Amino acid sequence: MTLLVLAVIVLFVIAATRVMTIYNLSAELRGGRKDDVITEAEGRNQATLWVIFLFAFMGFCLWQVIKYKDKLLPEAASAHGPEIDNLFNVTLAVIAFVFVLTHIVLIYQLFKNVSTKGRKAVYFAHSNKLEMIWTIIPAIVLSGLIAYGLTVWGDVIYAGAKDAQVIELYSKQFDWTARYAGKDNTLGKSDFRSIGDGNDLGMVTDKNGDDDIIVKGEFHIVKDKPVNFKFRSRDVIHSAYMPHFRVQMNCVPGMETSFEFTPTITTKEMREKLNNEKFNYILLCNKICGAAHYNMQMDIIVETQEEYNNWLAEQQTWTQKQAAAAPAPAESSAAETTTPADTSKTVTVSEPTAQVTVSESKH
Amino acid sequence: MSAMEHTHNDVHAAHGIATHAGHDHDHEEHEHHDTFITKYIFSQDHKMIAKQFLITAVFMGVLAMLMSIVFRLQLAWPGRSFPILEPLLGKWAPGGVLDPNFYLALVTIHGTIMVFFVLTGGLSGTFSNLLIPLQVGARDMASGFLNMLSYWFFFSSVTVMMISLFIESGPASGGWTVYPPLSALPQAMPGSGLGMTLWLVSMALFIISSLLGSLNYIVTIINLRTKGMSMTRLPLTIWAFLVTAILGVLSFPVLLAAALLLIFDRSFGTSFYLSDIHIGGQALEYNGGSPILYEHLFWFLGHPEVYIVLLPALGITSEVIATNARKPIFGYRAMIASILGIAFLSFIVWGHHMFVTGMNPFLGSVFVFTTLLVAIPSAVKAFNYITTLWKGDLKFTPGMLFAIGLVSFFITGGVTGIILGDSALDINVHDTYFVVAHFHLVMGSATIFGMFAGVYHWFPKMFGKLMNKKLGYVHFWISFVGAYGVFFPMHFLGLAGVPRRYYSNTEFPIFNDLVDINVLVTWFAILAAVGQVIFLFNFFYSIFKGQKSPQNPWRSNTLEWTTPVEHIHGNWPGEIPEVHRWAYDYSKPDREEDFVCQTEPLTEKEVAEGAH
Repeated sequence: MTLLVLAVIVLFVIAATRVMTIYNLSAELRGGRKDDVITEAEGRNQATLWVIFLFAFMGFCLWQVIKYKDKLLPEAASAHGPEIDNLFNVTLAVIAFVFVLTHIVLIYQLFKNVSTKGRKAVYFAHSNKLEMIWTIIPAIVLSGLIAYGLTVWGDVIYAGAKDAQVIELYSKQFDWTARYAGKDNTLGKSDFRSIGDGNDLGMVTDKNGDDDIIVKGEFHIVKDKPVNFKFRSRDVIHSAYMPHFRVQMNCVPGMETSFEFTPTITTKEMREKLNNEKFNYILLCNKICGAAHYNMQMDIIVETQEEYNNWLAEQQTWTQKQAAAAPAPAESSAAETTTPADTSKTVTVSEPTAQVTVSESKH
Repeated sequence: MSAMEHTHNDVHAAHGIATHAGHDHDHEEHEHHDTFITKYIFSQDHKMIAKQFLITAVFMGVLAMLMSIVFRLQLAWPGRSFPILEPLLGKWAPGGVLDPNFYLALVTIHGTIMVFFVLTGGLSGTFSNLLIPLQVGARDMASGFLNMLSYWFFFSSVTVMMISLFIESGPASGGWTVYPPLSALPQAMPGSGLGMTLWLVSMALFIISSLLGSLNYIVTIINLRTKGMSMTRLPLTIWAFLVTAILGVLSFPVLLAAALLLIFDRSFGTSFYLSDIHIGGQALEYNGGSPILYEHLFWFLGHPEVYIVLLPALGITSEVIATNARKPIFGYRAMIASILGIAFLSFIVWGHHMFVTGMNPFLGSVFVFTTLLVAIPSAVKAFNYITTLWKGDLKFTPGMLFAIGLVSFFITGGVTGIILGDSALDINVHDTYFVVAHFHLVMGSATIFGMFAGVYHWFPKMFGKLMNKKLGYVHFWISFVGAYGVFFPMHFLGLAGVPRRYYSNTEFPIFNDLVDINVLVTWFAILAAVGQVIFLFNFFYSIFKGQKSPQNPWRSNTLEWTTPVEHIHGNWPGEIPEVHRWAYDYSKPDREEDFVCQTEPLTEKEVAEGAH
């Protein structure tokens, strides 16, 4: 099979070479090969092709816009989202204008100035006036965009609401875990050396952590209530991307990052708007992190305070989870006992090798 | 021969340059017995080295393009079996379905080859080598020996990268930016094992090659210009190569530092980039490092690298457009100023790759400001190109078509940079297909088209033959339509929130509506790839059987066309020509011919008019 393919390729190359040679010979007979001279007819053909291209290209762009405009991200579902979308639309209007105008001018020049017999170009080497114009106009437009952009950036990134609910999003290859800070709205401390069975996040003994609630698969947030997300990673860099809220922040091992925003449309409302019963807000990973990078996701449910309270009541706190694990069979009680042991290790920062044997024995 | 040596020394003396004995010794030895090995393999002749770079880059480009077709198949028809893949890739495509790890490896190596081997090594290596001595009027590079080393380091680098494709655990696969910890920990993905080690070795070799080349280019341009060739008479190609080389010398060492620290972290247990990691059921000992440090170091090279890639292409375009518009390049000094402006800004914008890494938001604001400023010199360049065409006498050679294609891509890809450089907007498009669309147009397609423009334009100078123009036209139109067809629709994928480097988009119902964009893109990619077969055929066929080129086929002003068609060592048989005017006296009024070679003395009238 492979040989056959190779043979076909070789034969094709030989055939093409032969055809080319014959073509060249016939060109010699007709009065020589002229690959260095562009005839008037050839120039005209190329100029016409450029004009056709202009229309085809603009048509293609327009067709794409019409075809896909409803399949792009729906309206922003966060308080800061519309601000970003407005900035985007203004910028897009400016660049689309520049893009279309320059292409029309460019291709018009190509069409108009194609070489013809006896034509001579105009010797026009520079003009300070023109150059000033197209330095200053872009400078003014860009100053406007920079000022506008930085205002939005400031609003988005320095949100700083006092009553924001703290939720940790913890990433690892290849899933997400959410941890709610509980009643005290303070996350308990954690340490990567304490990670083990039943303690995916490396929680350590800390009274702030006792009421923390850990969930997987999906997490819930409340409409119109600011959320302050804290991001951590266990292994490699991940990126928490929630496109419907116009939110993205990298999760970097060894440091905590954060992003605060307020969701404004509940999942139910969005499903109605999109006329799609199955729609869910999603959290996805947007920094290459390994083989299953393309499938590292978590659903986000935005709901009313009441619905949220009901959901939350069903979740176990860290203390409850540990208590529930305690009377169970031998394995899980072993897991439980490791927690204080791990803590003592974190305090004394003892040999990580010992830690390794502990976690390995459990797997 | 000895007469020529004599002239050579005279010229050096005339310039007041101390010629070192060692150099001349090499030179003489070289001239006297040109064996196959010294002529074609370990050649110190800049023209031969340029061809070596070009042909290596052509092969690498074909490979990277084939890789892209393989992963485009997976993206358009996720999970479908393509029987051709299994015999081709073996265990990386069991049953003809691409393995997710190998998908990432393909994406990574495609990027690495294109950015470093084709667009940096291939482009600068080919055209800086070919054109610097020929256009400034020098017998060869300042150091032919270092120049030869530069190619062979490049070749070794390519070889090591190729070897990494054939190892058990597969080549590096953490993306071409190879961010740690992913790239530092073999536990994180198979490609971070031996494959990554080889990637780093290859990169270190590449950096050495690039530095040797760049230093040579700078020294040659500064010191070996012929009599009368003042800096403001240099063709814009040379200005672009000079600034590119300076950028390379200032930024590549930083990449080397980044790579070395990564090697230390990987092999010697240091913690420059690593901290608090628990992977594969183990807590690792690394403590106190930061992956963000790597990102800063990487992008301190990475952003200037974009211009290391693009500037030579812009320089080539300036030259090709002016020649074929039969007009002086509009705003010569503004073009130089914009090259310098872009180069300066390129060093203070790297943070725009890191808006969402958790970097201080205020620092983000600073980078927004500097980044958007880049649009000003870029706009000047685009408008100056268009004005150069105004009232010209346009000769649509294949080189000219590709140069115009570059201008189009430069605009289309450039304007979306205003979105990505704006931190507030970047939040939502960062690392999506919008970015992929942006840089493939402005850096990928534009630069490749600049490179093609250069190949078609200077092919006669390299091989003494002309490429077939009709095949050139077909190649241009297929590539131009193909490239837009591939990269324009990707903007929409990005705006729909599709992340880059996803093996498949099938896991997210919200992306289901977008499958047909990927199918469309893949068909255009296949079309564009077929178009390149036409180029390959034309290229290799014309080397042997192309029409013999006249001495100055495009009726151009610059010095390279005053050398004989047959290559000789030392470039000019007699004395090096003296330069009397700038490179852009096309269609000068009151002259019969529409070009005036740089060697032609100024007339009294011209002097009176203030020409210099």
